[in-house]
Amino acid sequence: METQTQTIEKKITVETKRMTGAEAVIRCLLAEGVDLIYGYPGGAIMPVYDELYKFRDQLHHVLTRHEQGATHAAQGYARTSGKVGVAIATSGPGATNFVTGIADAQIDSTPMVCITGQVGSHLLGSDAFQETDIIGISTPITKWNHQVTKAEDIPAVLAKAFYIAKSGRPGPVLVDITKDAQFGELDFAYEKCKGVRSYKPVPDTDPKSIDAASKLINEAKKPMIVFGQGVILGEAEEELKNFVEKSGIPSAWTILGLSALPTAHPLNVGMVGMHGNYGPNKLTNECDLLLAIGMRFDDRVTGNLETYAKQAKIIHFEIDPAEVDKNVKADVAVMGNVKNTLSQILPLVQSRSHNAWLQKFKEYDVIEYDKVIKEELYPSKDGLSMGEVLRGINEETRGNAIIVSDVGQHQMIACRYAQFTTSKSNVTSGGLGTMGFALPAAIGAKMGAPQREVVAIIGDGGYQMTIQELGTIFQTRVPVKIVVLNNDFLGMVRQWQQLFFDKRYASTEMVNPNFVTIAKGYHIEARRVTEREHLQDAIAEMIASTEPYFLEVCVEKENNVFPMIPTGASVSDIRLA
Amino acid sequence: MEKENFTISVYTENNIGLLNRISAIFLKRHINLDSMTASQSEIKDVFRFTIAVKVTEEQVKKIVGQIEKQIEVIKAFYHKEEDIIYQETALFKVASKLLFEERQIQNVIKNSNANIVTVTPEFFVIEKTGRRREVQALYHKLEPYGLMQFVRSGRIAVTKEKMNISEILESFTEEAV
Repeated sequence: METQTQTIEKKITVETKRMTGAEAVIRCLLAEGVDLIYGYPGGAIMPVYDELYKFRDQLHHVLTRHEQGATHAAQGYARTSGKVGVAIATSGPGATNFVTGIADAQIDSTPMVCITGQVGSHLLGSDAFQETDIIGISTPITKWNHQVTKAEDIPAVLAKAFYIAKSGRPGPVLVDITKDAQFGELDFAYEKCKGVRSYKPVPDTDPKSIDAASKLINEAKKPMIVFGQGVILGEAEEELKNFVEKSGIPSAWTILGLSALPTAHPLNVGMVGMHGNYGPNKLTNECDLLLAIGMRFDDRVTGNLETYAKQAKIIHFEIDPAEVDKNVKADVAVMGNVKNTLSQILPLVQSRSHNAWLQKFKEYDVIEYDKVIKEELYPSKDGLSMGEVLRGINEETRGNAIIVSDVGQHQMIACRYAQFTTSKSNVTSGGLGTMGFALPAAIGAKMGAPQREVVAIIGDGGYQMTIQELGTIFQTRVPVKIVVLNNDFLGMVRQWQQLFFDKRYASTEMVNPNFVTIAKGYHIEARRVTEREHLQDAIAEMIASTEPYFLEVCVEKENNVFPMIPTGASVSDIRLA
Repeated sequence: MEKENFTISVYTENNIGLLNRISAIFLKRHINLDSMTASQSEIKDVFRFTIAVKVTEEQVKKIVGQIEKQIEVIKAFYHKEEDIIYQETALFKVASKLLFEERQIQNVIKNSNANIVTVTPEFFVIEKTGRRREVQALYHKLEPYGLMQFVRSGRIAVTKEKMNISEILESFTEEAV
């Protein structure tokens, strides 16, 4: 129920347009349709927090336990909701704690607006208490950033921030607001940004490139698609599916493209890259046409560029001109949002089925199943495998869950084995590889898609990098399911030490605390499984729970993730053991 | 691919953080700039950076792509030496007594098309504008006499071809509406 003061305050703010910069910040957020932000208060951002208190019935603020957590939560929220995530913090350490999340959002093209407080403008450059040059620090890792020193600039700058974060290839934006700008007054009027003079978010599509691409597609005998997150960011899942089905082209995905096409789709041939599937990696170097759709040829995807798909023609569907020819030279670049370009090309491609070619993928699948997958999903050893945990989760959620993974072996296993029926279901730190991402990102992911089941899969290492966000879960009761796959090692680094550093396990063995006790300290229901006979029951209990739930699964200590393309090797040199 | 001298022209909005943003692109790739100059351009409120750098053509293409990607960059181009008219300016501060003691120095100044911009009892200042090798040639000629100070500006350049910045700006504005 609203208190009397709240009602009065509401009336006043609606009637007057004269207001403080701090209130303008809130009104801008509301005008952008924001109803949820993540943050942590502090001196230089207190005027805005004071307004947050007044507007708490309209704008929900989630107090994370660390500013890094606020950025990852905002990222998780953005990734599952498709909206812009918002994070807010104070100056100095508050702002610098944002850095990892901003860098992560930049490399994974996540739309995010970060607002930081700053010392008063008269103190700028004086090494004042909690002053840091966050504009300078965040410049290389933001799509755009701006420091506001006057209250009257706030509406236009925030409008521009949201526009830039969301449009074209999305990315993080940081707005730094000095304390005097928050206290200062302005005549508030909000107008959404419709364009920035020097910025063209979506390049024009050259009709000739559509023709040239369709010609190559229709001529190809062994074409292959690799799609990435551009499909999800462009909301082009339906267009991709139609294109794949009509052209009959086997389709593989990058880690961030996962879930854009259902994993069970007959033309979905799996993941490319370092720990991807055997078939699509091998056949990258056999196809005669490679269609890269909304992906950027990351080095973890391509392996050695000198030997990457040299025999194939390349068509690159891309929104960011700077990505074309950056790593792999395109024979045809189709610029634009893939939603538009795929629909333009659809009527021009012949309806085909490439059965013999598709069969090659299946043959490799059989080899990979025998050598790797079977043992991972149905281990013959006593020790539990990460894969069988994923299999159990798949069974309980029927592929309808959002899986948020951290970074390392468990991430590769999660991406390899999780089944997805719906887009925007795979949330992971792909480009930056940020350990500690998953727990806070899962909080945001659940809040961005509250009707969906959200399961975080985390290793024992990454979990302890942001474990304090259990406090956020406790306070908000956000019903995320947390699975820690505990092998008492920094598993991926240990795997590399085993394979490339003669088993010299330098600083990768973890002496871990009692994770169940810690979760229980936060009043989160918790369970630990060490034996196979209890695994499925525990997963079922976790999924059935309507509350937050923590499940620790003690897995085999020294299992390795295969297949694997060693760094610098060719995709076709992928190893099964 | 061979490294070559390239000149990059960047047309931008007048934004306080943009210099940092552009230089970060070079820093990230561990590329040293030969010079960088920022000034007003032929269009009101539009700034122009002129950057001289020695890289391969493949590298310069990617760098220009990354520069152009920055929100407040209107357009970036790269040019080969033959596509541009470029100049650098250098100032040489020399002790005045040399003018009288070393008669040869007057010929050096005359023959190099340099100007004497100021003379005081203690020193005089020679200004030389031209291509790098011309400036460098004068430097080598004057150096034996002893230079009190030497400074050279960054490269400034105009292209032989049109840049069409006004048209580009118009096309941005049309789309935004």
